[in-house]
Amino acid sequence: MEFLNIFIQGSLLGGIYALFAIGLSLSFGIMRLVNIAHGDFIVLSGYVALVVTQSTGLDPFTSLVIVVPVMFVLGYVLQRGLLNQTLSGGLLPPLLVTFGISIIIQNGLLQGFGAYDHRLQEGPIETASLHLPGGIDIGVYPLLVFAVAVFGIASLQLLFYGTRLGRAFRAVSDDANTAELMGIDNRKLYAVALGIAMIFTAIAGVLFGIRTIFDPAAGPIRLILAFEAVIIGGLGSLWGTLIGGMVLGIAQTVGAALDPTWQILAGHLAFLAILILRPNGLFPRTRD
Amino acid sequence: MTLLRTQKLSAFYGDFQALFGIDVTVDQGETVAIIGANGAGKTTFLRAVAGALTTPPESVMFDGQAIGHKTPHEIVRLGIAMVPEGRRLFPSLSVEENLLLGTHSERAGPWNLKRIYELFPRLYDLRRLPAPSLSGGQQQMAAVGRALMSNPRLLLCDELSLGLAPVVIRDIYQCLGAIIAEGTTVVLVEQDINRALDASTRFYCFQEGRLALSAPTKNFDRAALTAAYFGL
Repeated sequence: MEFLNIFIQGSLLGGIYALFAIGLSLSFGIMRLVNIAHGDFIVLSGYVALVVTQSTGLDPFTSLVIVVPVMFVLGYVLQRGLLNQTLSGGLLPPLLVTFGISIIIQNGLLQGFGAYDHRLQEGPIETASLHLPGGIDIGVYPLLVFAVAVFGIASLQLLFYGTRLGRAFRAVSDDANTAELMGIDNRKLYAVALGIAMIFTAIAGVLFGIRTIFDPAAGPIRLILAFEAVIIGGLGSLWGTLIGGMVLGIAQTVGAALDPTWQILAGHLAFLAILILRPNGLFPRTRD
Repeated sequence: MTLLRTQKLSAFYGDFQALFGIDVTVDQGETVAIIGANGAGKTTFLRAVAGALTTPPESVMFDGQAIGHKTPHEIVRLGIAMVPEGRRLFPSLSVEENLLLGTHSERAGPWNLKRIYELFPRLYDLRRLPAPSLSGGQQQMAAVGRALMSNPRLLLCDELSLGLAPVVIRDIYQCLGAIIAEGTTVVLVEQDINRALDASTRFYCFQEGRLALSAPTKNFDRAALTAAYFGL
């Protein structure tokens, strides 16, 4: 029963890691952009929500109505105005530019908000729990986060395989030059893609900000977790990303059960193990 | 009426010059073949017309408009569609999705899914399959269909016969007849000279990035073509 408990808690923890990873997975899958600033955008979303909740009195969930569009526009403008210019020169230029953006965000937040940590307050739902038979308690909030991750991936799957926009995304991911020859405006499409990635970044940032404290320097660890979830799941596979998050979550929970100081290390070890055993991840899709 | 005219068209890959002042004219409704040996610049010419290479605006005129500086997706919207060399279908899309991709140029006209399936009935049965599972000939049909879905005024075909069996090549060229009958202007790039000459009314022969010969395909001087082709 203890084993089942660890499995459930770990899977639910994986929901937030999957949410971290979706944006990274999208921008890499569609435009081969390795976004080093991804973790900082997650943290930035938390700060945007902080400003919104403090200035309007809205609760963090409702603040998403403002945070999500803000981050979408930021993603669109950033891709259109800056990142598109870096994409023709191989993998290195976008890596360097997003690394620079990461530093700018961290120091901007430090300047604006100080080095203190912050938290978003959502109220009683944070600590509510469900009692299952067999003595297993499930937190309502982790369950909610997990449900959001599943719903988010399902909607993306629907977007990718059921709409005209999704078809264009898949075509550009396959072969950007030919897609352009068929009449697709790649640069605009990339801007929309980073906008959509930022929607998930915003949701991840707010949901994690309710659960855990964040400070200006918290981005890189979020980035590592997102990377690990994407790589474990296999590049280009959205459901794989969810599984990747869950593997990470379960490994951390197992580690924590053995010894609380092992939680983070256990996640990284699981990642390394999978990298050695299946270098392409569990469900690879992206070619080349 | 002149549909496409290139004026002193030169094109570069980095420092390497692939085309040297090419003048080509294609009239509305015509089928023009571009022939030449490997590396003569045939594909480069099509890529320059389609906007995949940057050229001075005036060096490519389409329907009286300078388009040399435009991007590929802008040029498709004006009505120039490309069947790329090697077909270049999107591997993670189904056959029908590949065809539908041609509609992203948002041009109205005679071609739609139904008409494409009438032209290539085999594709209808295969429409739900992923593109890579098709044979070479079927993939070529899908690539032609995808280009037609953008309802082009000018269709650029790069090496339709590449890697296909003779019987399949014949089928595809028969369908080309139906496309031309629809009023579409066609530029054919081919290494299979006889096939290209049979299907066209005029030809240009390129040699090492320069125009070596142009003539109508009826009653031309074979010896002159041989000389132009091999640079003798």
